[in-house]
This record gives sequence, structure tokens and C-alpha cells, in this order.
Amino acid sequence: MLTVEDLDVWFGHPPERVDAVKSASFAVRPGESFGLVGESGSGKSTILRAIAGLVDSWSGRIEVAGEAVAGRRRSRGFHKTVQMVFQDPYASLHPRHSVDRVLSETLRLQGMDRIDARIARLLDQVGLGQGFRFRYPHQLSGGQRQRVAIARALAAEPRLLLLDEPTSALDVSVQAEILNLLADIRAERRLSYVLVSHDLAVVAHMCDRLAVMRAGRIVEEMDAASLRAGAAQGDYARALIAASAGYVRES
Amino acid sequence: MTPLLSVRNLRVAFPTRSGLFEAVRGVSFELGRERLGVVGESGSGKTMTGRAILGLVRPPGRVDADRMALSGESILNLPERRMRRLRGARISMVMQDPKFSLNPVMTVGRQIVEGYRLHTGVSRAQARDKALEMLAAVQIRDPERVFHAYPHEVSGGMGQRIMIAMMLAPDPEILIADEPTSALDVSVRNEVLRILDRLVRERGMGLIFISHDLNLVAQFCDRVLIMYAGRVVEELPARDLHAARHPYTQGLLNSLPRLDRPVERLAVLQRQAGWRDAPPEGAA
Repeated sequence: MLTVEDLDVWFGHPPERVDAVKSASFAVRPGESFGLVGESGSGKSTILRAIAGLVDSWSGRIEVAGEAVAGRRRSRGFHKTVQMVFQDPYASLHPRHSVDRVLSETLRLQGMDRIDARIARLLDQVGLGQGFRFRYPHQLSGGQRQRVAIARALAAEPRLLLLDEPTSALDVSVQAEILNLLADIRAERRLSYVLVSHDLAVVAHMCDRLAVMRAGRIVEEMDAASLRAGAAQGDYARALIAASAGYVRES
Repeated sequence: MTPLLSVRNLRVAFPTRSGLFEAVRGVSFELGRERLGVVGESGSGKTMTGRAILGLVRPPGRVDADRMALSGESILNLPERRMRRLRGARISMVMQDPKFSLNPVMTVGRQIVEGYRLHTGVSRAQARDKALEMLAAVQIRDPERVFHAYPHEVSGGMGQRIMIAMMLAPDPEILIADEPTSALDVSVRNEVLRILDRLVRERGMGLIFISHDLNLVAQFCDRVLIMYAGRVVEELPARDLHAARHPYTQGLLNSLPRLDRPVERLAVLQRQAGWRDAPPEGAA
């Protein structure tokens, strides 16, 4: 579904050039859910942004559904295949566009027909229902906004969703609802996910396999069972898992 | 023995166009030389409780209580001039994000020195020594360099340690830490907690640790208050958190994905109207 080979991403020019991602490679099979974990600045979100065409300066190979992409330009077909959900539902929705407008614009852009019926179906599918159709973002809670963002991503009927910390800005009870929703949607539509998160427990719950990143590099790839068992190969991943387990008091 | 802090029936309310909004509705607790966790989701009133204690609720917000006393002496609605003498010197606060709490155009050292001199009136040289000593106490390897650095030149974890150094310099009796590690990576988080832990223990301070992270609070604190809709719904020793009785506390715990306990589907919290007003579980 997705192949990333030898991906380098950098920002700025020498001497200030920052290498955000350094020769990262991984592949996501159709229907698979793949996690990218790491601490802030490790480059995990930058990889998603490079795939989505949101950064200029990258090299290497990105292939989606068998088709290589280049630079920042993405074809119409690409956006029908790949959609992204961002971390902050307060920032990713236009404050003066109603839910109806957000979804109908997206549907029209994707050249969909029967817009009315599709909006109704999308809202049902993300658990909001028709009552939310003419609301504005300020009339919605964080969790409801993230549901709208997910509906917008689903409008194109994509096969791959790029999820950038989709629940980090939400309370844990709302996080559970959104993670359940994402799991249901994946099962129903046989989607593939790339999920970026700093929360190892979220990734273990949502993903089959994952890559651990540090300072722009993928330092280790493992499956969810190894993550749960703390069976990392490298020191860094092991330390990260241990630190995530929480704080141990000195007596 | 008089507790460090005694709060009885604390209420914070804000007038809005659609009537009075009650952010805190009758919170009571006492704080000794211990680590008290205050846990809740956004809007539960946990931050507002901390701000009310520090006298930081701005009009038109209103703070009311039957009692709010620091070592037996009332601090409820003190005039700002008197509150300023307490704030920082006797009760201090560390907030979530050092990026917004440090002055960006003043060096770290100058900020610590200024704050410390304000509360103690010592000489510049003494304050400078104290600042360097505090920077060393929070495990900053090169205090001299950090003293002369501007906030943008330090990392988030370092910034948070600087905040802790600054807040603990005047030796307050109580420290209120509001999500002090939520903006930090896990490895840095544990380091900052260890420093906080040690300083609080060595100085015999009372710590109010406000957080949304139940498990972290259970690991770090002695006692936990769980807040919901402006009230304390349950109070229990931190080590017993996993035996919590209130359905809200249980619901929060169950909704968290855990590495050591795989589940097919996450439990979803079913909020009940009764939680808003029922008396708290486990209260003395």
C-alpha cells in the first residue's frame, strides 16, 4: 500500500540546514496499521507530511498503491487514495465553515455525486448524526471536531489514512471513543493506517507493526506483541518503553 | 496539628450570558507535607482550584469558601497587595509549559534573581549565588551557562527545571504544579519528576500535583482527589487508585489503552447525571 525508501527530509539551507528525517525506509501492506513512535523532534510527523506532499525538500522514494510521487505535487488520484487527520482538531477546521460546508466542499472536490446522501452517511458513520450538520466548529467539543475531521478524510473514500497524533489533544475518555471509531472504520472499509503517536500504549492498541524513531532515523521496527512484551532489540527502544511505563518512586 | 493548607467548600463561579457558570462547586481538602494529586479531565475544575488558592481568579470570576487557610491563617480573597507577599514566597506554582511562563526577553538568571530578591530582599550577589545553587539543585550540569541563557536557548525539559528552580528558591511551604510534565517527552518527564520528588521530600513541602494522567499520579503522589464537574467525586490513597470505587474513576482507568493489558476494544465512559451532585466516595 505504501513504500518509503531511503527518505531524507531537510529544512533550510546550509549552514542552518536541519535534517529532520534521515534515510528512513518502511512499508505498509494493504489493510495493515503501522505505527511511527518517537519523542518530539524525532521526525515521525515529518514523514507523514512528506508522504502527504506538505514538505518541499525531500529525497528518496515514496510509493503509494504502486505509484511513485514526486516533490509536493500530488495527483487527484493520490488524494482519493490517501487522506490525513491532524493532531489539533481546534486548528484543522475552518472556524467559519459549517460541518455541512466542510464536507460538501471536500466531496465536490473529489467529484462525488449525491452529496446530500453522502454527508448524511458520513456523519452517521463517525457517530455524529445529522443533528450536527449545520453546526460550526465552536459549537463542537474537541472529540466532535475530531469526528468531523475524520469524516472529511473519509469523504474521498481513501484506502490509506495518515493519522498524526489524532487523540493527543483529547481527554482519555474521548480518546477511547475516537480510537474505537478509527478501529471500526478500518475494519469496515479495509483501510490501511499510518499512525504517528508519542503514546506507546495507543500504538500497541491500534497497530500491527511499528517503527521507533530517534533523531530522524528509524532505529528499530517491531510488531505490537514485542512492544507489549518490552522485547526491543536496541537500547534506545528499550529505554523508551521503560520510560513510558511511568515513574518509579525513590523510597 | 494545623495542616499546611485547609480548604473547605471552595466555589469558583463566572457570570456568563447564559447564567452563572460554576467551575468549582464545593471542593474541600486538607494538605499536609505530602504529595496530593488532583486528577480530572478538561473542565473538571482542577486548574481553577489551584488558581483560586493562589488568588489568581480574575474578576468577574468569584471565589467563595467556608474556609481557605494557609497554616491556620485565612487567605480567602485577600487584597492583591497581601496576596502578592504570599504568592511565590509561601505558595508557588509551576505551570504546564515553560515557553509561556518564562519571560522570553530576560535571561534565565535575571528572572530567578529578580523573583528571589522580591521575596527575600537579599543583595544581588546573594541572589545570584542562590540562583546558581538552585540551578544545580535541579540537575543542570552547567548552571553558569544556563544562568546567562535566554529561554529560547534551552529545551522544554530544561525550561521546566528552570521553572522549578525559580519557584523553589524562596522555599515555599506549598508548591502547586499544574500539569508540570505534560508538555515533556517521557524520558525528560521522569527526570523532572525525580527532581521535583526529591526537592519536595527534602524540604518537607506540601505538593499539589494537578494532572489528567491517572497512572502518573498514582505512581507519583501519596493521595489523590478525583474531580468531576467542579467537585471531588472520590478521594483515595494513590496506591489504591486501581481499586477505585467511583464509576467515573473506574471509567477513566478502563478507557486508557495499556501496554500490559491488551483489549479488543476500549471501554467507553458512560457519564451519569448523578455524578454531578452525589456525595464523594471515600471522603472522611
